[in-house]
Amino acid sequence: MSAVPDPIQAGLAAGWKVIDAATLDGHRTLEADVVVIGSGAGGGVTAEILALSGLKVLIVEEGALRSSKDFKMREAEAYPALYQESAARKTRDKSINILQGKAVGGSTTVNWTSSFRTPPATLAFWQREFALKDYSPEALAPWFAMMEQRLHIEDWPTPPNENNELLRKGAAKLNIPVAAIRRNVKGCWNLGYCGMGCPTNAKQSMLVTTIPSALQHGATLLTHARAERFVWQGDRADSLQCSALSADGLAPSGSRITLRARHFVVAGGAINSPALLLRSRAPDPHSLLGRRTFLHPTLISAGIFEQAVDGFSGAPQTIYSDHFLETQAIDGPVGFKLEVPPMHPVLLSTTMAGFGQLHADTMRQFSHLQGMLALLRDGFHADSRGGRVHLRSDGSPELDYVMSKPMWEGAQRALLTMAEIQFAAGALKVAPVHEQARHYSSWAEAQKEIAALPMKPLQTRVASAHVMGGCTMSGDERSGVVAGDGRYRGLSNVSVHDGSLFPTSIGANPQLSIYGMTARLASQLAQQLTGKPAAQPRAA
Amino acid sequence: MQTSRRSFLKIGLAGAVTLAAGGLLYRQFRAAPQQFELDSPGRDMLAAVIPVMLGPVLPDGPERAAALDDAIEAVRIAIVGLPLAVQKEVQDLFGLMALAPTRRLLAGIPPWAEATPEQIAAFLQSWRGHRLALLQSAYHALHDLIIGSWYAQPAHWAAIGYPGPMKELAA
Repeated sequence: MSAVPDPIQAGLAAGWKVIDAATLDGHRTLEADVVVIGSGAGGGVTAEILALSGLKVLIVEEGALRSSKDFKMREAEAYPALYQESAARKTRDKSINILQGKAVGGSTTVNWTSSFRTPPATLAFWQREFALKDYSPEALAPWFAMMEQRLHIEDWPTPPNENNELLRKGAAKLNIPVAAIRRNVKGCWNLGYCGMGCPTNAKQSMLVTTIPSALQHGATLLTHARAERFVWQGDRADSLQCSALSADGLAPSGSRITLRARHFVVAGGAINSPALLLRSRAPDPHSLLGRRTFLHPTLISAGIFEQAVDGFSGAPQTIYSDHFLETQAIDGPVGFKLEVPPMHPVLLSTTMAGFGQLHADTMRQFSHLQGMLALLRDGFHADSRGGRVHLRSDGSPELDYVMSKPMWEGAQRALLTMAEIQFAAGALKVAPVHEQARHYSSWAEAQKEIAALPMKPLQTRVASAHVMGGCTMSGDERSGVVAGDGRYRGLSNVSVHDGSLFPTSIGANPQLSIYGMTARLASQLAQQLTGKPAAQPRAA
Repeated sequence: MQTSRRSFLKIGLAGAVTLAAGGLLYRQFRAAPQQFELDSPGRDMLAAVIPVMLGPVLPDGPERAAALDDAIEAVRIAIVGLPLAVQKEVQDLFGLMALAPTRRLLAGIPPWAEATPEQIAAFLQSWRGHRLALLQSAYHALHDLIIGSWYAQPAHWAAIGYPGPMKELAA
């Protein structure tokens, strides 16, 4: 046992209303003023604001309630417990691996703490193309400021680890501007294991901030409960039908739970939110639901350095560059954000291409590998319309996402750029993650060979940690199922408060975009439901 | 090897149809399991494929048999942590690789126990770049399951210079 205080265990001991549906026998009916479906960035923020405003809130979560006592920094345990599909969720053709959270706190429990306000260029595009007039940087600024205060989003004063430092160093050699990433941490130990659940509760995820606050204000948390479908009565959601899951979270236990409320907030995250509404056959007169789902498709490049890089150690993401987003038109050639990933054995070994001797040779360099990521900004180019969420025969969701030609062109530029930066930083070799790439020994060689690599699914390794869209928000009903106030069109008591609202990708790690926007949506909703101004959350 | 490469080139659409039909056929042979079950043919397949996928990482000598058994069990555990819909896909893949006609057509190799490492490496390499996306994704599934579950184990960290998480907090 470690000496780190565990606020979840303390809260449970103090009598928080938490129901683990895996322990239920038979069927149950529960009631609340508002049912919030999902406990990630959108659900957590919403639940706290509604509960502080005096509403009786019930939070439904498919995953389990885990806490720092469970976070042992081992991938073998963390991925099955904390990620959708054991961190191996994939697009329909299996070509893009998706990292998405599945536990109380959602993806905020496992994200890498990178915090960016929504880029002004993205908001300008939304105002222009999706008639979202209230989504200007100025209008959103107070909401971002409020959530930055709430979640301790601040500059990170500690020097970057070598993995990040090499991005800074290589970019500087090439006159590519970089900047420091702000983080939502308080008393961070700089360990580097954010992706496996923070063992010290330094990360100000929903798990240790808004969810405990909501529970302290009388909210109920129902875990291991999968939201199956709404039952409609006219234009109202009369109830939400949920299946209790077994303790391993894989199969329904047989118990059903009916949830009744005045209002329902869907916040299951992109993929799961549109899937719930698709299963429920929610109104969708323009066939938009599930479409325009975006991923920030991410290319990966590994540099091998003479010195130890130890990319498993230290804050995972502290340096970034938006140079390749800012030097071209937002709807022109597809741009990308440059960052680095934490390097842990399972994530790295499954990412690196090849098998047998070749793969073993790569892994022997493990502590000398520097990883670099390029996140493609999808959803802006006319030929980047994202993917579509389908339902499998068992009702579970699957994302069909096909990279269009402009996206592949961006991918090739990204692999070239990353190799150039890694060589500039002093890499002995660079291995773009592609089934046909080799380990190149010079920028000249890499430049020639990367330009000839076929940009194809399953050959070019593409990953995603940011799923966005699918319940598009728009001021125009012909382009979005949700209005700018978060209300689902055609339904009188259903809102969507999560990243599935975004009409494009964000062009930056999305957590702060979700926090700020859903804080405003939840405050408006609280005022509508109570007739009084919403309460303001404050950091403890 | 030459024969097996040529047979790959011929697969094309007919291969895709066979693959789909093989999956259906296999599902009819056995009741669709709720959870993935590693049967004896599946174990034989892994026992043949794992040493080639891992290469020199798998120890030689007297520890080899136990290390291979551990690796097989680690793959099984990784699979049963996946959603049931995905477990079923993996079960279908294992089924196709167990049935002699589909194994010969798709992987071009004799029964697993008789296949040489060279034959297995050739089959992995051909799936890796195959024009049927289904076989490419099957390669990736084997790659990620075998390699990921190997490096998930603390016993295999020292060999790559990974110290593991801070002991005081990981206990």
